Amino acid sequence: MLLGPNGAGKTTTLRMISGLLRPDEGAISVFGIDALADPVAAKRIMGWLSDEPMIYDKLTPIEYLEFIAGLWGVEPAMADARARDLIEWLGLGNHRHERCEQFSRGMRQKVALAGALVHEPKLIILDEPLTGLDAVSARLVKTVLAERVRSGSTVIMTTHILEIAERMADRIGVISNGRLVAEGTLSELRDSVGTGGSSLEDMFIAIVERDSAAA
Amino acid sequence: MTGSGTLAWFERHELRLAWSDTLSMMTAGRRDRERKVAAGFIAFAGLMHLVAFWTLRESDDVGLDPDLPTLIAVTAAALLSGSAMLSQAMESVTRIFYTRSDLELILSSPAPARRLFAVRIAAMALSVGLMSMVLIGPFIDILAWRGGLRWLGAYGVIAAISLTATALAVILTVTLFQAIGPKRTRLAAQITAAAIGGMFVIGLQMAAIFSTGTTSRLAFLESDYVVAHAPGIHSLFWWPARAALGDWLSMVAVATASLAFFIVVTARFAPRFADFALAASSVPQTSIGNRGAHRLFRVETASSALRRKERLLLMRDPWLISQSLMQVLYLLPPALLLWRSFTAGGVAVILVPVFVMAAGQLAGGLAWLTISGEDAPDLVATAPIPPTRILRAKIEAVLECVGVVFLPFIAGLALLSPNQALTAAFGIAAASASAAAIQLWFRSQAKRNQFRRRHTSSRIATFSEAFSSITWAATSTLAAAGSRMAVIMALFAIGILACARFLSPERGRRKSSPKNIARTAARA
Repeated sequence: MLLGPNGAGKTTTLRMISGLLRPDEGAISVFGIDALADPVAAKRIMGWLSDEPMIYDKLTPIEYLEFIAGLWGVEPAMADARARDLIEWLGLGNHRHERCEQFSRGMRQKVALAGALVHEPKLIILDEPLTGLDAVSARLVKTVLAERVRSGSTVIMTTHILEIAERMADRIGVISNGRLVAEGTLSELRDSVGTGGSSLEDMFIAIVERDSAAA
Repeated sequence: MTGSGTLAWFERHELRLAWSDTLSMMTAGRRDRERKVAAGFIAFAGLMHLVAFWTLRESDDVGLDPDLPTLIAVTAAALLSGSAMLSQAMESVTRIFYTRSDLELILSSPAPARRLFAVRIAAMALSVGLMSMVLIGPFIDILAWRGGLRWLGAYGVIAAISLTATALAVILTVTLFQAIGPKRTRLAAQITAAAIGGMFVIGLQMAAIFSTGTTSRLAFLESDYVVAHAPGIHSLFWWPARAALGDWLSMVAVATASLAFFIVVTARFAPRFADFALAASSVPQTSIGNRGAHRLFRVETASSALRRKERLLLMRDPWLISQSLMQVLYLLPPALLLWRSFTAGGVAVILVPVFVMAAGQLAGGLAWLTISGEDAPDLVATAPIPPTRILRAKIEAVLECVGVVFLPFIAGLALLSPNQALTAAFGIAAASASAAAIQLWFRSQAKRNQFRRRHTSSRIATFSEAFSSITWAATSTLAAAGSRMAVIMALFAIGILACARFLSPERGRRKSSPKNIARTAARA
């Protein structure tokens, strides 16, 4: 889970990993694949969901997922079954043959999430995936992501809701001014900050303030 | 200072919005372009006046007692601009109903919405009138300079036509809305607007083909048949033409009648616009039914998935359908000429440039939609496909669509003359490929709904695309006529493409790519 103040560089980091931005320097390795040298191979095992759901208004959720399955070269029968499962799972079953043009933000976010998952990526990258979702949908998405993690996928996501990070994250990274200033499990972060049994919010503020003071 | 919510307050608000909107459209949102745009506008006005002067240099001054052929020609010109204005106004009315923008804010405020809509209807009339004045004004100015100030009355006629056309557009759109409901009106109105825009020109051309065997509208209007069947010279029907020719009595009558019509229509319908807008925003979700419910996903490669997606999006775009319909409508007269040529046994060289020009324009629009108007650029960019393959698939989708539209025409032409069909097919392919290449070099990231404004992002791309289509049309015509000049014209067309490539941001992108920088550094 990536945390950081506004403008810290969380989205930029995710976009670089996803191949949407080219870093000025450094290297990106995705499951041992050099994402800068062989972006196509790296993209094959990744799924990306931006904070602003980018879907096609004139396509139905099923058509959208069929398009994505085609882009990732998923075997059609398998993609078909997965798409239908995801649509049902995300509560879009009654809308699967409706064009997305009048979907609410939450529904669009769910369609986009289904798109990020339909090719069963090993690495799922999500930028603020819970923005705009109601409590029920947010719970549903968290369940879906937890399920993916259990089945062996890795999820990297950003969030401003520290409670979610506290509950869901195995490891937390804090980005400030474009640098990773802290990284580890919740207890490792507590140790590094030296704040004992304080909340993640207290730790986050302490880390960011420490970094700002150092800068 | 005007009180909030009054008619004058809304007028100021709309004027401010219209001005910033126009400015942003002309400058593509860049403030540093304002001076260039102003200079370009002055140059355009100067050029149009030169064109008008050249066109009218040998025309005789028409007195206040014109003959019937003159009245017919002026009335036809008025109807021509009237149909264009009606089409434009219908599109604007549809936009008012269906574009949410600030409507929700205004409708949820205590300000009386009928005033806003009355002002918006007036703004439409002003906008369509000004647009026509920009194009026709230079001709009126030259006529006034040569024949006296009475000619300035033509400006009044344009204003009267714009008021009438706007009022008619309101009536037509509202009638459609009430007849077929908010769900279908959007598409129906856009198609009707496109049909109306082309109807008069196409109708005249078709009548000309039947009567004179050519597409010359003037020959038809001057024919004995039209003169014999036109209303008498003293009929009220000619009052707008007489007003345009400087008869002040006719001018006052035409202006009064159109203004009264406009006021009555605005007063009648403006209070109901809020209801229409609300009904339009409450349209139930569009469903395509259950026909695909049990259809399994098809075996697809990434390229075919991209092509299929582009085809679906193009087919479901009402604006694009209306524009394509317009292109197809303009192909009706040449198609009719083609059919007539069979019976007459003639060879229709005239058809080749029409097809080539239309193909270039259609391909340019489609290429913009598929290349620049990608609504999910991140999704496509994160797919495991090389960017070149993505672009290739998109261009293939464009060329497929152009092929589907023009194949029947080429097949028809092949029956008439295989050589000309081959030439036309070559021209269509060259013009379409060139237009797609220009859109590729000048690609930018935009939303599909910005299609109407695609020309503002790069004037070079717009002009290159137009000149490329024209030169390929000329090349094909010369080749169809067996002239060796076709080779020179083809070289000219390639030269235009080379210039576009040289001036394109794509060249800059390539120059500054990491590979090139590394290569330059290595050389150094």
